[in-house]
Amino acid sequence: MAEELKDTVLNYVIKEYLEDDSEPLAYDTPLISGGIVDSFSMVSLKRFLENRYAISIPDDEATPEAFDSVNKIADLVERFVAKKG
Amino acid sequence: MAYSDKIRETYQTQLKGIREAGLFKQERFIHSPQAADIEVEFPAGSPLKKVINMCSNNYLGLSSHPEVVQAAHEGLETRGYGMSSVRFICGTQDIHRELESRLTEFLGTEDTLLFPSCMDANAGVFEAVLTKDDVIISDRLVHASLIDGIRLCSAMHDTIKHSDMGHLEEKLQLHADKRFKMAVTDGVFSMDGDTAKLDEMAAVCDKYDAMILVDDSHASGFIGKTGRGTHEKCGVVGKMDIITTTFGKALGGASGGCVSGRRELVEMCRQRARPYLFSNTIAPVVVAGVLKVMDIISKSTERRDKLERNAAYWRKGLTEAGFVLKEGDTPIVPVMLFNAKLAQDFSRALYDEGIYAVGFFFPVVPQSQARIRTQISAGHETHHLDKALDAFIKVGKTFDILGRTKQEIIAKYGT
Repeated sequence: MAEELKDTVLNYVIKEYLEDDSEPLAYDTPLISGGIVDSFSMVSLKRFLENRYAISIPDDEATPEAFDSVNKIADLVERFVAKKG
Repeated sequence: MAYSDKIRETYQTQLKGIREAGLFKQERFIHSPQAADIEVEFPAGSPLKKVINMCSNNYLGLSSHPEVVQAAHEGLETRGYGMSSVRFICGTQDIHRELESRLTEFLGTEDTLLFPSCMDANAGVFEAVLTKDDVIISDRLVHASLIDGIRLCSAMHDTIKHSDMGHLEEKLQLHADKRFKMAVTDGVFSMDGDTAKLDEMAAVCDKYDAMILVDDSHASGFIGKTGRGTHEKCGVVGKMDIITTTFGKALGGASGGCVSGRRELVEMCRQRARPYLFSNTIAPVVVAGVLKVMDIISKSTERRDKLERNAAYWRKGLTEAGFVLKEGDTPIVPVMLFNAKLAQDFSRALYDEGIYAVGFFFPVVPQSQARIRTQISAGHETHHLDKALDAFIKVGKTFDILGRTKQEIIAKYGT
């Protein structure tokens, strides 16, 4: 699931946040600290992940640090999917 | 003493960092009334210099109009200088309510509430009408005051790509479970000068039962055939749920703003908006001035028609000279330079030629989007615009950017 999950997140971030002439994005590109995603705009990403993977990420876990790269987001989602059992 | 050396040094270091980053803002002292021709002391202590103002929000040229000044004098005589009160204690005069009625009629809404500024209107409106059960979906380029107001509200906040109505529709679907949805946009975007697609936005919002809030500060008084604003231009008068706007730009340029819109939403602001409840009423002298402005712009479209002609003339001149502009048809005409230092140097060189136009760069505009934002006024005559154009061309030649593309300018100066 790891690779597929990462690609899903990566594609969503590209579609949602990047402009046509943006630099390419990697799994470890800093999203929030790198100024690609502002903390306001994290909301749609969080809701997208919750809907897609049928999980609920509490606000205190959905921090700018936890959402700062595709790798970190995938880790977070995997943790909540595993919890769901 | 609580203000220790450590505290002082911390702030001094921060200020030094701002200076070193080239982001330090310095005021230029103007010794004359606001107009197309002004006298400026810059840098501080320098002799006064007569320059043409190409960067004010005095769109209709009413900031120093004799009839507005006279009306303000009369307001001062008949209603006094200050009210020493917020509106709801003892700060509401007959003329405050009269201005609210005039604005309601002009904007084509149901009711209006005055605020000390549009910044205050935007700071107060969201918290007054929305709760944590609601969602706000804003354009990513909305004005900072809207962002601050949204931050003060407990509603969920999401954003859409600039003027992308398909993206708005996706977001309305994503947040379909929310109690209320509100789409938020500027009418005319202050840095780019482009216009919101309010007609398309209204259609999408109708489909998903969402409200619309538009900040029309850079539009009220001159956008649309009779100057009602962006909603008039887009043919959706009566369909905006909330319009916020300012009197600090086209409508006399002094201060003050308002929330205008659906009766219940305006009434909620009267009951709950904190900048309305806890900040002083607008001074009577300002209210009297804005009432005169409303008389002038309701009687004739002459000034907004002249502004439209001036803006088209200016844009055509710059385009033919070979500058890279942001597309649009409003009096905000950004001349794109992309590099922050180039924007500052260009502005300084224009000043030496007698033209006052300020450079904007990150964080006011996105990285690599530095520019000179020119703003046209009905107070400009053709000779002002011709002189300004000659100066732009001369400075453009000096920096060798005329006829060059975005990529060429970036290759020469960097981003």
